[in-house]
Amino acid sequence: MRVWPIFKKEMRLYFTSPIAWVILTIFLFVAGYFFYNIFAFYTLASMQSAMNPAMARELNVTDSVMRPLFSNISVILLLLMPLVTMRLFAEERRSGTIELLLTYPVRDGAVLVAKYLAALALYGVMLALTLVYPLLVMYFARLEWGVLVTGYIGLLLMGATFLAVGVFASSLTENQIVASITTFGALLIFWVIGWSADYVGGAWGRVLSHVSLLEHFDSFAKGVLDTKDVIYYLNFTVLALFLTLRSLEARRWKG
Amino acid sequence: MIEVRNLTKHYGPVTAIRDVSFAVAPGEVVGFLGPNGAGKSTTMRILSCFMPASGGTARVAGYDVFKESMEVRKRIGYLPESVPLYADMRVAPYLDFVAEVKGLGRSERRRRVAEAMERCLITDVQGRLIGKLSKGYRQRVGLAQAIINDPHVLILDEPTIGLDPRQITEIRSLIKSLAGEHTVILSTHILPEVSMVCGSVIIINKGAIVAQGPIDTLVEQFFPTARVQVEILGPTPAVRESMRRLPGVLDVQEQAPLDGHGVYLVESARGRDVRGEIFQLAAQQKWELRELRRVGMTLEEVFIRIVAGEETVETGAEAVEGGA
Repeated sequence: MRVWPIFKKEMRLYFTSPIAWVILTIFLFVAGYFFYNIFAFYTLASMQSAMNPAMARELNVTDSVMRPLFSNISVILLLLMPLVTMRLFAEERRSGTIELLLTYPVRDGAVLVAKYLAALALYGVMLALTLVYPLLVMYFARLEWGVLVTGYIGLLLMGATFLAVGVFASSLTENQIVASITTFGALLIFWVIGWSADYVGGAWGRVLSHVSLLEHFDSFAKGVLDTKDVIYYLNFTVLALFLTLRSLEARRWKG
Repeated sequence: MIEVRNLTKHYGPVTAIRDVSFAVAPGEVVGFLGPNGAGKSTTMRILSCFMPASGGTARVAGYDVFKESMEVRKRIGYLPESVPLYADMRVAPYLDFVAEVKGLGRSERRRRVAEAMERCLITDVQGRLIGKLSKGYRQRVGLAQAIINDPHVLILDEPTIGLDPRQITEIRSLIKSLAGEHTVILSTHILPEVSMVCGSVIIINKGAIVAQGPIDTLVEQFFPTARVQVEILGPTPAVRESMRRLPGVLDVQEQAPLDGHGVYLVESARGRDVRGEIFQLAAQQKWELRELRRVGMTLEEVFIRIVAGEETVETGAEAVEGGA
């Protein structure tokens, strides 16, 4: 498995082109803005609670800052992750470089893993940079470590799923825009599909709420690490990557 | 080195190649000829393990391209027609990446990258972005990535297309220098190029192989006669008839009859020179002999005859441009 050279190439292409820098900048700017608002609101609330002991008992910095921050970040990811993955296969296909890449002595699976890991690595950098926010909070208040850890695990797993869906969409087309819009559409549907669970009800309702990307994230943000949710994201990821592999193979036959 | 048997490829309802069979011996440089859409690129894509065939088998360097694809891929260098390269990468790092993917170790990589760059004359642009290079340089970078692992077999799809004449000469001599140690199969539109670079040719038309073999044998096979072009000032029918009566002459065709002096194409058996007789005839009859020269039978004419059909041989020049 010659994953490493292709991984290095993808990372180089991310960081020598503006893509990675633009995504990092926009992501941190928007996430920072959300963080500022949440934190400012919390500051206001804690000043008010200084005069209201009943309110003070309800106030918890982890619950009122980190939890909303996590769910805000997940929404930003929904919008940004398609842009991280759109290039991976679509651009190789458009420029024809896929013809060379797929005739080098590397298996399709290794190419896929390398590209996916590169996207995951970029996402890792994005997440790592957001650690600034909890660090800032910790400077002023005590945070609960558990929630912080599960929250980040949840973000990582959910992001990994987003990326896998994006890689799959990218393998279907040679147009980056099409790839990113398809990814966004698919993610959004899976994000909100749980909403219809209420009207459908019964077994189907449970199925719908189970396949929802959003529902599974809630427990992570609350500080609960449930294997059911971990397996859900991993399953989703593996399925999307498997479909990508099949799509690469199908493309070979079509030429 | 390359062994293709009954190779067939369908794209949906369209059949790109049908029952293609040929063999290439080690160290040989073979030209792959055919008009656009004849199936050249399809065949090369199958040989390079990019796409599987619908039927038939192909073995490269002793391995099956479908069942032992990894073994084949280690032993080939491929340059697709469009020369797809990563525009955002610089030349030397790009070649290093290719070498690494092809499985070369670190120290070997450095040596091979330097060697390939030197061989393809791109050492002076090694720090430039590939996307900013001229077509000629990109072509050479493409060639460099193909030869970087010192492959047994080189598959080059139109390696000289879009280059200026000087670059074409350079690439040709580069390919010639690869012959012997590498087996090369290259497709091209430029027929003189094949005669210059390749020992033998495979001509493909409408998805099927129509001729293959060493160039000389092919020319002989398709043109069993020798031809002489004659320009004589004299009464056209008389000239034609008396030349036709000369011993050894098989046929006489008028090329451009122009008030009294005409240009004739005299066909005789191969190996028999009728120029002496023609000269004697003209001298006897006191016709003014203006030109008397042997016309070489070229691969180009073979190609036109095969691809465009016998009827259009006379308008061959356009047929080549339009068809090839």
